[in-house]
Amino acid sequence: MSLLQLSNVSGGYGPVQVLHGIDLAVEEGHVAVVLGANGAGKTTTLRAISGVIPTRGEILFDGRPINGRRPEAVARLGIAHVPQGRGTFTELTVEDNLRVGAVNRRDDQIESDLARWFEVFPRLGERRHQLAGSMSGGEQQMLALARAMMARPRLLLLDEPSLGLAPLVTRDLFAHLGELNRQEGLTVLVVEQNANLALEVGHWGYVLESGRIVVQGPAAQLHDDESVRKAYLGF
Amino acid sequence: MNLFTEQVLNGVGNGVVYGSVALALVLIFRTTSVLNFAQGEMALFSTYISWKLTTEGLPVVGAIALSAAIAFVGGAVIERLLIRPVEEARSPLNVVIVTLGLFLGLNSLAQLVFGTDPQLMPSPFPSGEVAGIDKDTIGLIVVLLAECALLWLLLQKTRIGLKLRAVASNPESSRLHGINAGTVLMLGWALSAAIGAIAGSLVASERTGFDASLMQQILVYAFAAAALGGFDSLIGAVVSGLIIGVADALTIEYVEALDGIEVVLPLGLILVVLLVRPNGLFGKRTVERV
Repeated sequence: MSLLQLSNVSGGYGPVQVLHGIDLAVEEGHVAVVLGANGAGKTTTLRAISGVIPTRGEILFDGRPINGRRPEAVARLGIAHVPQGRGTFTELTVEDNLRVGAVNRRDDQIESDLARWFEVFPRLGERRHQLAGSMSGGEQQMLALARAMMARPRLLLLDEPSLGLAPLVTRDLFAHLGELNRQEGLTVLVVEQNANLALEVGHWGYVLESGRIVVQGPAAQLHDDESVRKAYLGF
Repeated sequence: MNLFTEQVLNGVGNGVVYGSVALALVLIFRTTSVLNFAQGEMALFSTYISWKLTTEGLPVVGAIALSAAIAFVGGAVIERLLIRPVEEARSPLNVVIVTLGLFLGLNSLAQLVFGTDPQLMPSPFPSGEVAGIDKDTIGLIVVLLAECALLWLLLQKTRIGLKLRAVASNPESSRLHGINAGTVLMLGWALSAAIGAIAGSLVASERTGFDASLMQQILVYAFAAAALGGFDSLIGAVVSGLIIGVADALTIEYVEALDGIEVVLPLGLILVVLLVRPNGLFGKRTVERV
């Protein structure tokens, strides 16, 4: 059974329908990649999963239907969503941003997790008492990833993490993501325009066009398929 | 005691009140990013409740405590029933208009329920002086500092405080972290209403009588204090309240040109702060890099 399963999911904003019957699955321990151009519905797909927009169809998380739940309820099930714009709490310090990630945890390992992420991302450790809003885009994306991880999520949703980042920073970010996936079995659903990098890290890829899945397959296969690359991915 | 010292102490006495109300304003602003124009009238209504309870035979401190508790619930109810429905309309202006409506509505309601005659609110503090300073003034300062310390502890050191700050900073992102933003905003309004209730009751007890106009002038000064303090700083609100209280008292005594129009001072100050130093004396600069 897949950890996340979308069946015939439609949804949008008010009268504007963006998703037209999406079928998509994310296996536990996998990185699934959703690619597509601007306006294809990538962000909307993530928002549908985390309950930010109303949807029709079925969304199963760990076998349980989650559509119709409010975002805070979905989050508490163990789905961490790093939205576009990175969701930074700009007026809070870096450390407090990370603590927000763990705000619903009741175990006693929050402090050790905090120390751990400061070790993984030394830049965050150096700036732990600085306001998060004063950091660069790349640092904020690292912060967003660490903050999401502080929740110890079962599923991580990432919305265009490469947006607005320098190529080197993006590469670094995906390297971290790949490591988390390999070492801890973190399950990820990432939507990206940077198809090349995302497919290198991913296991399975989907190409979204005008709110429909038009192509899917193993990430490596999509990555090397000349016709798919030309038609949809532009590299 | 010479005239100058006396005026400064007068100013401190008033300034503490401005600081308390500014504290309530800043709390709502920090947790909900809303300027609550009804803060003063919510406090007025609570003051009437305190007064009513004392006339029913409750001891003054008990009456104020009970009134603060009622205000806590009332603040939450106002957030839930009046603020949240318009907040979902997504324009901050809507909320401002509702708070302005509340300002007028609560004021009229207070007069309707409690009458228009001036009333006497007894003081919870002992009368007399210590080292030439009214015990009233000392009592106010102690209460204000205690409120400040408790709020600071709540916001900085507790889980619910972290949620309050997170929601104030980024409500949408908070929800994605499993924080129930609605509950948190309700708590912000509740706390702020309770602080206002205490401030209103105490200022009324200092006066020889109060009516429905009690908080109107105070609100203007409190807004000036909040602006001077930077609108997101608790301690800034308190210190600025004191500065404005003292400045006001000295202006009244020494600046004849402003006789009768002293309220120019806080209004002018708001203008100057907004023009010269929009983050106030204590506010953190909000920097957003993308």
